[in-house]
Amino acid sequence: MKITFKKSDYDLIVQHSREALPNEACGLLGGVLEQDGTHAVRRVYTLTNTDASPYHFSMSPSEQFAAVKNIRENGWKLIGNFHSHPETPARPSDEDKRLAFDASLSYLILSLSTENPVLKAFRIENGNASETEILILN
Amino acid sequence: MSVALNGEKKDVGAEITIRNLLFKEKIKVHDYVTVQVNGEIISSKDYDSFVIKDGDEVEFLYFMGGGR
Ligand SMILES: [Zn+2]
Repeated sequence: MKITFKKSDYDLIVQHSREALPNEACGLLGGVLEQDGTHAVRRVYTLTNTDASPYHFSMSPSEQFAAVKNIRENGWKLIGNFHSHPETPARPSDEDKRLAFDASLSYLILSLSTENPVLKAFRIENGNASETEILILN
Repeated sequence: MSVALNGEKKDVGAEITIRNLLFKEKIKVHDYVTVQVNGEIISSKDYDSFVIKDGDEVEFLYFMGGGR
């Protein structure tokens, strides 16, 4: 159970998250579910954090709908989402876990609390998070 | 009657409220589901009264958010 994406998609997550500072940033991941369960990202959708807060995020529902439609038009699936932690490590908070309703998704967290950003991926089921491997392809 | 549910054509029987369609689809946390019908986001306080009609395009999404 890993997640793969291109370096350019990784760079987009970092760029979007840095631009949103000091607030948390968020977005969706469209892609394909490979036979071995790997989530292969095909496109990163950067969304507005309607909370505009350094401590919380809520994805804009209208932007979510638009992204999901685009994902479907491309024959992909919604395979995950991401959000940033401006000042804290890349691990899901209690609220992140409580509000993770879809156990089929990869939940990515980018920490900007150190000079080099740290991206981690998790599956979250019934409030329990388990880290999964991330593979960045060229 | 049939509706397009998250892009897939689906027979839902007779006209149905959003609330009952959510139950029918086994969606549990209604407070954290956003519903769009024919491109319009429906307020969650209308889920009991808003009736889905034949041919409607219905989209469900889980709320996505969190905090530290
Ligand atoms: Zn978080």
